[in-house]
Amino acid sequence: MKYKSQSVAKLYFIAAIALFVAQILFGLIMGLQYVVGDFLFPTIPFNVARMVHTNTLIIWLLMAFMGAAYYLIPEEAETELFAPWLATLMFWIFLAAAGATVAGYLLFSYSDLAELTMNELLPTMGREFLEQPTITKIGIVVVVLAFLFNIGMTILKGRKTSINLIMLLGLVGLAVFFLFSFYNPVNVVRDKFYWWWVVHLWVEGVWELILGAMLAFVLIKVTGVDREVIEKWLYIVIAMVLITGLIGTGHHFYWIGTPDWWQWWGSIFSAMEPIPFFMMTVFAFNMVHKRRREHPNKVATLWALGTAVMAFLGAGVWGFLHTLSPVNYYTHGTQITAAHGHMAFYGAYVMISLAMISYAMPLLRGRNAANPAKSQVLEMWSFWLMTVSMVFITLFLTGAGILQSYLQRVSDNPMPFMVVQEQINLFYWLREIAGLVFLIGLVLYVASFFVGQNEPEAVVADR
Amino acid sequence: MAQAFTKAMARNIFYGGSLFFFLLLLALTFQTEADFPSRDNRAALEGPKGTQIAEGKRLWEENDCIGCHTLLGEGAYFAPELANVYTRFGNSTDAIKGFIASRPADGIPGRRSMPQFNFNDEELSALAEFLKYVSEIKTARNWPPNIQG
Ligand code: HEC
Ligand code: HEM
Ligand code: HEM
Ligand SMILES: [Fe+2]
Repeated sequence: MKYKSQSVAKLYFIAAIALFVAQILFGLIMGLQYVVGDFLFPTIPFNVARMVHTNTLIIWLLMAFMGAAYYLIPEEAETELFAPWLATLMFWIFLAAAGATVAGYLLFSYSDLAELTMNELLPTMGREFLEQPTITKIGIVVVVLAFLFNIGMTILKGRKTSINLIMLLGLVGLAVFFLFSFYNPVNVVRDKFYWWWVVHLWVEGVWELILGAMLAFVLIKVTGVDREVIEKWLYIVIAMVLITGLIGTGHHFYWIGTPDWWQWWGSIFSAMEPIPFFMMTVFAFNMVHKRRREHPNKVATLWALGTAVMAFLGAGVWGFLHTLSPVNYYTHGTQITAAHGHMAFYGAYVMISLAMISYAMPLLRGRNAANPAKSQVLEMWSFWLMTVSMVFITLFLTGAGILQSYLQRVSDNPMPFMVVQEQINLFYWLREIAGLVFLIGLVLYVASFFVGQNEPEAVVADR
Repeated sequence: MAQAFTKAMARNIFYGGSLFFFLLLLALTFQTEADFPSRDNRAALEGPKGTQIAEGKRLWEENDCIGCHTLLGEGAYFAPELANVYTRFGNSTDAIKGFIASRPADGIPGRRSMPQFNFNDEELSALAEFLKYVSEIKTARNWPPNIQG
């Protein structure tokens, strides 16, 4: 850690990990409800568990992105953060808002929560991923604006690197597209159309700039490869992201009452979306291959390479699987979607966050370069357990999804939804078992922060 | 990569390409808005029926039905698709009302369960009219593929 103010990142990272644990626990509750339908009913109905699962995911990823920004932006800009106190204050506001929201989901019925938070004044609740009460959404906007101001001012007063500019651009985009969550017309087609301006333009647009900037930063640090080379790659990757991904939004406009011509635009452009993910994989391996130093933080490098591979598999390959409109006609809104959603989110955004945390946390905790071997080995175990079990979760859901699409939509005698779900029960049990392994991996991950902290560490060696 | 290809060139492709395709997305969005009236069943949203549908949408949202169900294929995958439940239930709003009203408060043992929301008759009608309105949106290739959703 070069600048004292970078230390605020630590708060954000710790909260992110805690929310990650909550996310997975609720994932497991839902996984069980899939097969034991009345599990915890009516105390925690499925939809409530789902809100907690997906909203904690989004919040902890935002926490991780902000933590990453507070860490890397001062370092890149070669100056202290503009207002460290503001970053700390915003952290507590954000955490309190997130905690209150999750508590609200669990303690009140959703309709009572809507009434309590006066949803009727500006109705934004009750849409997938955007379930937060309007007041929480406003809170998010305030926190993000203060955050953007803080990092923006830091960049202005310091060195302007491409990584910083791209990180800032991605985060500004995140804020801008979030504003569409306040638009909720009665017209369902329009509502759905602009809902994707938040969801798709986040994960397949501006978030990828954030991902790219974080990956480039970690790679510069652990490989020592020349910044010019890495930044050139970064620009090419993100150029391809937006060239394909903006019009690629059309792969969500096939069946929601939007015009037919979107089938062409959506299919053609989204079919090219895997290209930047593939380039990212090549890029990461290339840089590690060309490394100019042997950085002792092996596990950060592992996460960085892992994210490059898994993002390509989850977003690129599993995205391509169902992105062409003739295929999507049968798979739309099935377990295929869930399979892809899981691996893509994990591969792209969970893993890059963990890569950044893995790189920065030892430094934030006062070490010179890396955690001791004991801790790194444990973290590597957690890497493999989580990653391999996520592969299995994806495979089981894909199996379930293929059968579901066939039995319910393709076969000559289409069966009702609930009948089909019983037929594919086995896959859901297997998914739940894989989920338990994921949890073990996560427990080891948390444990890795507490072992071997008194042992000596290796130093950065030139090669 | 060839040395002739510089970082500045990559950056220009990024800015130029992004701007171009963002403008293209805006253009396609304007065209979409122009095409909406012929498909999005907006006529249903007028008059007293329209007010009822708007009320139905509010109830749909404030009870988080999307947290278990899909609507036009978007949402959660735990419970049946509802964009065509009106047709699946024999074009009957009464059947929909009856189904929602009859959910047991403690669920159905061992089976995925839907909560009992304790709606009054007016609210049930609003929800049913909302679902009827959605079922009459003109989707491409008449998605969903068949009556099962
Ligand atoms: C906790 C999850 C959950 C929530 C929330 C939920 N449902 Fe359901 N719903 C179900 C399940 C499960 C079924 C299938 C029940 C069965 O077949 O036994 C179902 C079935 C239905 C059906 C009949 C579908 C068919 O084809 O058989 C309708 C209509 C319906 N729900 C409407 C609603 C509405 C309207 C809301 C919001 C006010 C809602 N549901 C909220 C779980 C839920
Ligand atoms: C990191 C990047 C990505 C993430 C995090 C991601 C995540 C998701 C999620 C969560 C959904 C479900 C949305 C919902 O609930 O309705 C989804 C849907 C979809 N994604 Fe992705 N995705 C990514 C990239 C891609 C790419 C690159 C493609 C195409 C090549 C793609 C194709 C699709 C398609 C076609 C759907 C719609 C599925 C349906 O019809 O039900 N995704 N994605
Ligand atoms: C322990 C492992 C996990 C289990 C058992 C689990 C289970 C589930 C279940 C049952 C759903 C709801 C599907 C539905 O709508 O019917 C869901 C949704 C979701 N989960 Fe998980 N989950 C797990 C881990 C994760 C992880 C690690 C991530 C992030 C990387 C994640 C991201 C998501 C997302 C984005 C959705 C929404 C998907 C969509 O709408 O397509 N889950 N999860
Ligand atoms: Fe998308």
